[in-house]
Order: sequence, then C-alpha cells, then structure tokens
Amino acid sequence: MSDTAAPAMRIGKARSAGRPSALRLLLNNTLATSGLVVLLLIVLLALAAPVLPLPDPDMTAPADRLLRPLAEGHLLGTDALGRDILSRLVWGARVSLAVGISATLIAAFFGSLIGLVAGYAGGRVDTILMRGIDMVMAFPYILLALAIVAALGPGLLNALYAIAVVNIPFFARNIRGITIGLSRREFVDAARLSGKSNMRILFGEVLPNVLPIIIITMSTTIGWMILETAGLSFLGLGAQPPQADLGSMLGDGRKILFTAPHVSIIPGLMIFALVMSINLFGDGVRDVLDPRLKSGALTRPVARTAVKRENVPEKPAHEDRLLDLVDLSTQFHVGGDVYRAVSGVDLYLKGGECLGIVGESGSGKSVTAMSLMGLVPTPPGSITGGAAWLNGEDLFAVSDERMRQLRGADVSHVFQDPLSTLHPLFTVGDQLAEAITAHRPMKRSQADGRAEDLLRLVRITNPRARLKAYPHELSGGMRQRVCIAMALANDARLIIADEPTTALDVTVQAQILSLMDALRREKDAAILFITHDFGVVSAVCDRVAVMYAGRIVETGRTQDVLSAPAHPYTGKLIDCVPVLGQPERRLASIEGRPPVVNKLPAGCAFADRCPRVEADCRTGDIPLSSFGEERAVRCLHPLTREAAHG
Amino acid sequence: MAEPLLEIDSAERIFGGGRSLLGRKLPAVHAVQGVSLDVRKGETLGVVGESGCGKSTLARLIVGLDKPTAGTITFDGRDLVAEARRDPQRLARRVQYVFQDPVASLNPRKTIRAILEAPLRHLLALDKKARQARLKELMEAVNLAPEFLDRYPHEFSGGQAQRIGIARALAADPELIVLDEPVSALDVSVQAQVLNILDDLKQRFGLTYVFISHDLSVVESVSDRVAVMYFGRIAETGPAREIFAAPRHPYTHLLLKSAPVPGRRSLVPEDANTELPDPYDPPPGCAFHARCPRGTDRCLASHPPLEQAAGRPAHRTACYHPVEERGHA
Amino acid sequence: MTAYIAKRLLAAIPVLFGLSVIVFLIMAMIPGDPATAILGSYATPENVARLNADLGLDKSLPQQYLIWLGNLLQGDLGRSYALNRPVLDEVLERFSATLILAGTALVLCSILGLLAGVVSAARQYGFADKAITVLVLIGISTPSFWLGLLLILAFAVKIKLFPASGMYAIYGGGDLPDLLHHLFLPALTLAAVATGVIARLTRTAMLEVLRQDYIRTARAKGLTERRVIYRHAFKAALVSVIPVIGIQAGFVLGGAVYIETVFQWPGIGSMLVNAISTRDLLLVQGGVLVVAAAYVLFNLAADVVQTLLDPRLR
Repeated sequence: MSDTAAPAMRIGKARSAGRPSALRLLLNNTLATSGLVVLLLIVLLALAAPVLPLPDPDMTAPADRLLRPLAEGHLLGTDALGRDILSRLVWGARVSLAVGISATLIAAFFGSLIGLVAGYAGGRVDTILMRGIDMVMAFPYILLALAIVAALGPGLLNALYAIAVVNIPFFARNIRGITIGLSRREFVDAARLSGKSNMRILFGEVLPNVLPIIIITMSTTIGWMILETAGLSFLGLGAQPPQADLGSMLGDGRKILFTAPHVSIIPGLMIFALVMSINLFGDGVRDVLDPRLKSGALTRPVARTAVKRENVPEKPAHEDRLLDLVDLSTQFHVGGDVYRAVSGVDLYLKGGECLGIVGESGSGKSVTAMSLMGLVPTPPGSITGGAAWLNGEDLFAVSDERMRQLRGADVSHVFQDPLSTLHPLFTVGDQLAEAITAHRPMKRSQADGRAEDLLRLVRITNPRARLKAYPHELSGGMRQRVCIAMALANDARLIIADEPTTALDVTVQAQILSLMDALRREKDAAILFITHDFGVVSAVCDRVAVMYAGRIVETGRTQDVLSAPAHPYTGKLIDCVPVLGQPERRLASIEGRPPVVNKLPAGCAFADRCPRVEADCRTGDIPLSSFGEERAVRCLHPLTREAAHG
Repeated sequence: MAEPLLEIDSAERIFGGGRSLLGRKLPAVHAVQGVSLDVRKGETLGVVGESGCGKSTLARLIVGLDKPTAGTITFDGRDLVAEARRDPQRLARRVQYVFQDPVASLNPRKTIRAILEAPLRHLLALDKKARQARLKELMEAVNLAPEFLDRYPHEFSGGQAQRIGIARALAADPELIVLDEPVSALDVSVQAQVLNILDDLKQRFGLTYVFISHDLSVVESVSDRVAVMYFGRIAETGPAREIFAAPRHPYTHLLLKSAPVPGRRSLVPEDANTELPDPYDPPPGCAFHARCPRGTDRCLASHPPLEQAAGRPAHRTACYHPVEERGHA
Repeated sequence: MTAYIAKRLLAAIPVLFGLSVIVFLIMAMIPGDPATAILGSYATPENVARLNADLGLDKSLPQQYLIWLGNLLQGDLGRSYALNRPVLDEVLERFSATLILAGTALVLCSILGLLAGVVSAARQYGFADKAITVLVLIGISTPSFWLGLLLILAFAVKIKLFPASGMYAIYGGGDLPDLLHHLFLPALTLAAVATGVIARLTRTAMLEVLRQDYIRTARAKGLTERRVIYRHAFKAALVSVIPVIGIQAGFVLGGAVYIETVFQWPGIGSMLVNAISTRDLLLVQGGVLVVAAAYVLFNLAADVVQTLLDPRLR
C-alpha cells in the first residue's frame, strides 16, 4: 500500500476512536444547524396547530376576501374566500409534512427491502426484482405518479401512494448497490462460517451497515417528496377542498396571481422554506454519516504541495550530487492534530545511482518521495521545512511554472498500481504523446513515432498496435511497462519509483526489476526506489535508507546494511522475513506497533519495541551519526561495534 | 503415514458459461480444473501460485463457501459438497477459514465479543457461562488482552485484526483450517507475529492447515507439503523440501528464480512475452507453454497429466519435459 | 459500435413492451364501468352491454391487452371522447410542443449544470464555489411551479419583457423569434431544478476524480493545471454525469406538466392534467405511453454516449 494514502486512513481511524458524537459534528455545521432550527420551528408550529389561537382555516368570510398581509386580525391577509392565510398556512404545512414524511417512510421501507433482498440474494431473484424496478424507472418520474392518480382518482391519499410508489425504485437501486458490495465482503462469509443463517446475516450483519445509507437517502429525498406532493395538489390532483395543503393553496392562488399575488407567493415561500431547511439538514446528515466525506475526503488536492517552511537550510557544497534533500519535514494537519509524517530527512543521489528507501506502512517513505516534486496532497499535507537541491535549484522554492517544467522532464515518476495510475479513458498512445508534448511541442505524428520508440524501449512487442490500446486492455506487467516508458519520455535525470512492483505478481515483478535496472544503466538515470521489501532492494539498489516513524534510522550501501545492520530495527526487519531456502529459521517478530506520528515520543521512536533500549534512548534528539563509508545510523546502542565507535 | 483428512478428486469450478436466452454460448472461466489433492491429519499443505491461478477458489471450495461444478471433495470419509448443502453448520464445526483481508473480514458494526460469540452460539450452542469461558481461552490463545472484547474492529491494527480472525476460526474447535493469504495484507514485522502464532496454535491444538499464499518464502517456511498452481491446475506437488530444493516443473523454476531474496541481484530476463493466457480463451495443452523455455509441440497437443518422478513417489509434476537434475538454479 | 447500438435497441424492446403492460394495467385497474361513465347513469343495460362489446370489455384481460396492443402497433390509440378526435393525432401534436420546451430546458440545464459543477470543483471553497453551492441549494429547494409564477410576476407583469403564457402570440406570431420569446421563461423555469442537480453531481464527480491516482500521474507528467482539470478530470467526471443527465430528462419531461400548466404551454403535460380531470382515460393512456417511450429512447442515447466516452464499457 502506498503510504501517501496511509496518513489519511490512519487519521480516519484515530478520529473515529475518539470521535465526537454524530450530533456534535452536525451542530458544528452552521448551515445544517440553521436548517435544523427552521425545520424544528415549522414542525413545532404544525404540531401545535390545534392549540394555537388561530381562526378556523376553512371558515369563509366573503366580506373580508383578499385582504393584504398585515391587515387587522389577519397577519398574512385572506384568500379569495376570506379565509385566514396564516391559519391555512399552519394547517397546510401540517398536511404537507405528514404526507411527505409518510411517503418517504413507505418508499424507504419497501424500496430498502427490495434492494436488500435483491442485492443479497443475487442471481435470478435479483434479476426479476430489478427488471421490475427498471420498468417503473422507465417512466418519467412525475408521469407515473400522474398515471396512478388518474387511475385511483384525485385525492391526498392517492397522491401520497403515487409519490411513494414512484420513489421506491430510487431506494431499491441505491440500497441494492450498497448491499451487493457488502454481501461480497469477507465478513459475510465469516458470519456464514460462524453458522449464521441467511436471515440472520441479511438483517443482523448487512442491515446495520446499510442503515446509514438508508437514512442518508431518506434525508435527501424527503424534501423532494414534499415538493412533488405539493405539485400534485397544485395541479388539483392532491388535497381536495375544503382540505388544503401548501400545494393546493398555491394552486388556488394562481388563478388570482395578477390581482392578489400574496395568496400564491406566501404558500410558495413556505414550501421553499420547508424544503430548503430539510435539504440543508439532510446535507448535514449526509456529511456526518457518509464515510467518504469524513476528514475532508472530498477536498480536492491542489496542483502542488503547500510549502510553509519554518527553516530553510543553507545550500550544501556537494558538486557531485544530482539531488540533495536536506532536513525535509512534511506534516498533515487534520482537525487539531498534526501528523509529522516526515521529520528531518536528509538524503542524496548521485547521477545514475539507485537509492532504496525501505520502511513499513506509515514510516513516511512515500511521503518523502512525493514531497520532492510537490505531489503530497494539499490539503491536508504541507512541507514545513528543509530544501531539495536538484542541479543547484531548490525544488521547494521554484515557481509553479518551473515546477511544472521539471515534472516529467528532469524528474519523472513511476507509481504503485499501474491500473489506477493510467487514465482509463485515454489510449496508451494519447498518454505517452501527451507526456512528450507537454515538454517538447511537436506534431502529433511525430509524438506518436516517439511514443512507439518508447514502447519498444521497454520491450513491448508490437508497439504500434499497443499505442491504440486502452490501459484496461493490457496486463498488469504491460501497464507498468507503459508507465516506465512514460517516465523515460523526456530522458529524466531522476526517476522516483514508489513501490513500482508491489501490485505485480512475482514473476512479473522480477521482469520489471530487471528492466528498470537495465534501463537506468542505458539512460544513466538515477532512481529513488521506495519499497518495503529487502529482497527487491537487493535486486536493484546501490544504497539503501531505512525509515521508521518519519525519520531515516539507518543508511548505507545495500550489501553493508544487509550483512551487518547497525540499527536494531533494521536487524529485526531483516530477521522477521522468511528467506527462500532457509525454511528452518524461526522468525523474529517485533512486538507492539509503531507510534502514531501525531504522538511521537521523545527520543527514539523505536524505544518501546527495542530489545536494546536503555534509559538514555528516551531523552533528547538522537542524531544520525556517520561511520564507515557512506554509512550512518540513528541509534545510541547500535548492533555493530564499528557503528558504536563511529 | 497418516490417513488423509481431506481428499480432493478432479475438482473443477467454472464461472459463467451456460447459454444466453438466444442460445449463444456465454463466456466461461475455468477457475479450477482437474485438481486432485489430499491433506493428511496434522500436516500443513502449502498452495502457492500467482494471481488468477485458482488458489482462492480452491480454498472456498474446501470450506463449502463455493461448490465445485465437477469432481468430489471428501472430508474425513464424508462427501463435503453434499454436507455443505445439507448441514453447513456441521461442516463449519470441523473446517474453518481465515481470510486475506483481516479488516474486511470483521463486521465494522459489531464488537469483537459479538463476532467471536457467533460461532459459539450458532455452531456449538454454548450457554452464556460456557461462552464467557471460551472467549477468555480464545483471546489468550491469540495473545490479545481480554479487554479488547468490547471494542470495534476499526480500533485494531491489521495484525491484531488478523489475530481476531484466527480466534474466530478457532472458536468452534475445528480440525482443518484453510488460511487464504493470511499474512499478505500485513506489514512484514507483523507478518512474523501472525506466522508464529499460527505455528504455536497448530502444535497446541493438533490442527491441520491448508496454507494458501503467493509468497514462496512464506509457504516454504510453514509447509510440510506444497502444491504449485498455474492457470487453474496443479503444476507440481510434493514434499516442501523436494519442491524447493529440486523443482521439476519449469514454472516452479521460474517462480523460484523470480522471488526477490535479500542479498541477490535480479537475474531473470526482462522480455515482455511472459503473460498469463486469456482465461476466456485458454490455449490447448499446457497453459505455460508460451512462457516455457522447454516447450515442444507435444505440450500444445494435450495437457500433461500429473506424474510421479522416478524414485520420488510423492513428487508429482504435470510436465512432458520436466527438469531432471537435482539441485537448483 | 453499430453492433452495440443495435444490441441496445433490441434490449429496449422488452422495456417498451413492459411499459405497455404497466400502462394497460393501470388503466384496467380503474374502478367503475367505462360504458356507464360514457353513457351516463340512465343508460339501459342493453346499451351498456353493446358498448362493452364494442369496446371489447367483455373479453378476458389478456385478450383485451392483445387487442389493445395490436391496435397500438397500428398506430391506433383510440378516440378521445372529450375532444372527439383520434388520441394519436392529439398526442403527437401536443408532444411536439413539449419536446420544444423540454428539449430546450434539457440543453440549458446540461450546459449550465456541467459548467457550474466544474467551476465549483476547480475553485473549491473559493467565492465562485460558495455562490454556486448556495444557488444550487436554492434551485433544488424551489417548487418549480412557484418559481414560474414568480417569474411571470417579475418579467411579464412588472417588467413587461416576456409574455406570461402561450407558445405563440395570438396576433401576428408564429415565427421563430416569437417562439423563442415565449419559450424563454418556461424553459428557464423548467431547467432550474435539473441544473441544480447536475451541478451538484458534477462537482462531486469532479472532486472524486481529482483525487484519483491518474490525476497525480497527469501532474507528475508536467501537464498544466488547466489541462489536468479540463481534459483529464472533466472527461472522467463526464462519464459518471451522463447517466444522471439521462435521468434528468425524465424529471424535465415530468416537470413539464407543472410548467405547461403555469405558462399555459400547449404541450402534453397540460393535456394530461385536463384529461385526468375530465376522466378522458384513453387520452391519458396514450399521452403517458408516448412520453414514456420517448424517455426510454432518450436514456438509450445517454447510454450510447457514455459507452462512446468510456472504452471499458464496450
């Protein structure tokens, strides 16, 4: 798993552990709260209608007809028959609310039931139920309601049935989609193997997970249903005189629109206020209940990571280095918490060199790599310190346009999952040509020729035909070859590869590793290679840096680190992986879990899990101390003697 | 040699297929084809292969979550497929399953207590007191503190969640546990914890494992015997030591050569012509032929049967031109 | 692609067939005796029986359906007794007026909705985003029939910019400018809600797409932000918005019922409302069937467009 995503996930977890109640979250949302207040007010008014000192809503008074608002005794005036509009408004709202809520409940009940059964049962049951639903959905929405009212005859109750029926498919489809997803989840199989019957699984395991979606769907449709029942009444097909709901009041008022506009404007305003308050509140409910919307998941990342540096290091004097990253710190700000995903990382690459960054998920290895070209999503991430010198330019200080020029030209990327990193709707040729023309304007035919060469370079057979293929038509290994071709499009000096083989099968992984190794020598490109696997590191990397909790704990030449690890964490990490050909080895395990990066301990972050821990490990900052050739370790009590004396 | 506890005979599972309303043939995928295997009491059988080789389908067939379209599966002398249909709870008392994704296998809206009590209640019909005692035992067995019982799955790390998954499988005191990639979703340091617990539990409770994984080194470290699968069929099966020390099938060779090993630089060629065949349109004969350095026309003509190696009766290979020399690449 | 379209067209046949069954059944459900309704309560039993036989009502329900379907396939939807003319003639005449109104509204809401949604997502949390979000919320919360009345009051009564009702001016109208002049207010009203829905979904779809790995790839390639948003993200978002536009076509066609009533547009919606109040059931039946069939065909077109955009669906 790429761990740029990991902070967000962990944050989600951390949040829900000590999460404020759903109601609190809802109340934090001003719009939703104001919606709730208005809605409550209207509901209370409607409920209290019988005890409020209002005149009889149906009492006609021809003498007082069409009084304007603020007339004496009639705050909102009177209608064409002299009835008090305020009183009719309150009673009408009562009817509209009752009808809207009942219709929602009926539609939700039957729709959800159909959706649950169809989604869970699958197969023939699903086909038959959903064909029926499709049939109902094949009618334009209101038209079916009209047809039903035409058949049953006008009337409030019939309008209610009609609106409920036409909304059943909406619920059924939504709930079915969710149920299908849940029914294939492993916990359903687990429940089955725990001896639960289908009924128990559907209503005991699946339903609790579907319930939030049912509530979201209800909260987003109830306003709509109130509008639609009002609509039928407006047409004279719903509430019949003398009974009035808001829609029929509006319908009555329409006939005298030009002479007494207030008679139609006021009930319309009431419908608007009611529906608007419900929608505001409903959006709030959705935001609280929808897991995707939590922790700002629908916030769009901007083009480049925000840089808010507290410290800007001096330019180092190493002429031979292609990339010199000094004291990088990258943080994620979520809610009130600060996640120090990367704190104080130094690393460098010489031309043509391959450096591996090894670590477990959450160690900050991907964030380090993605920080370089500003690809850490902002919000919530930002670079809070350090400098990255590439050919004498500080990547964190260059303009946005300069950064765009560098991306894909001097520095290119290969990401983890080649299916999700290629655009599904453009052909391979389109995407390759675009990578070329973004930096070197040329004719499309020329770019196509160049793209073909690139595919040949990554050993894809029949490259001309492959240009016209879409990513989903290629196998995983082929797609990753395309990604590598794209990274080579402009002869990049540095390729950042973020777990490029993790999603691939082992035989394909081996090919891709060989290919990358061969190409970097051919092209003399440096590679920053992110991985969690020491075996992969051995295959391609000249040097390696091991990360833990956002810091580099050890670095050195690959062979040196593997044969004599100095940091206890590195040692454990090597020992806990089974090695092919050594089946008898008892695996070392590291007890406990890494610290959460919003609550890092003082001193060494590994101290709690370390067998060599001593008191001094828990105080003060532990420096990365060099020893030997290109070696360094961040430990006070390292495993090897030379490191201790380094 | 112990009696086979589980015998699989020419199992086949086809997805899709059949005919449409208009009588056209619908596409079919042979996920598992002609697979015969047995598992003896107390051993660990490792099943290894890459994605799409049918190993997970095979796992689901063994626990009765899926049914074979042909062939038989016998557990302790009884027809497992018939039992899964007639009395799934009886089967679940004896054969259990540990899932690949530890978090997805726990219902996010249930406490750990509710999840672990389900098998005790529905499979063993224990009363409240007996359940309490058993829960305590289970948590102890997988090395988790009992106060975790009243928490929800999202409060656990992947390793802890997988231990809960193991405890759930253990709850009904089964004889055979199918482990479907139990450690591949875990970080390497946690992977070792879980593998060690599994080993420990096997000794303590006399369990039999079918251990499915794509990771050769993990399979090698846990298995007594190994089956290598490719494209729905068994390519090679035999004692773990022999398979890893002297593989006979060219595919097993390729796998072993491809696995990244700390301290070894990559050796395989980087050419692209090495993809799986199209599952909807499988080639005739051996599915590995297109990638095989030893392939001949004979391999295209018919599919090679699993045959014993000379002098090694337990080691069987489905290849017309197996690698014969001892010692390996 | 042609094969795909042909396949989709074939698949639409059972749907159209199902529609006809539902419409037939709804009308067959109607309580009471149509013959008595037509002849009045003083009709002699003989007359009622004769009319029932004329109408085919003495046969079994499946038989009645087959006869009805047979007539339908020959373009015979029966006669409207209130208008005393063939249902099909009236329906087609009315439907063309509805198509002009609903079609304009649909084009309007698609363009405005997509535009608003993309701008909103591209400037998330900026002023434009907030303004659009508020407008959208107001749009989807306003009863369209009320909005129509307000627009009439404002632009036809107070400022005499547009006519309050009708499709053409009574005297000297009939040309295209006259039609557009009459079309403006009702089309705008009809488009309002659908614009809100489309804008909302486009915004969500854009935000979702902008988080995808392939957008990061596009940026890592060094593409300009304009190209990332308007080419890479928009194309992917469009694929998920197009089915929604298909569904909105249904809301627009249905919503035309209100708007035609408010603006006295001589379309099929106002015809249906009148037919329901006069219990002219054959006219209702014919109207519903024709609109529903048009909607099915429209959704089919949306499907085809989506497939054209997304190679994975082929």
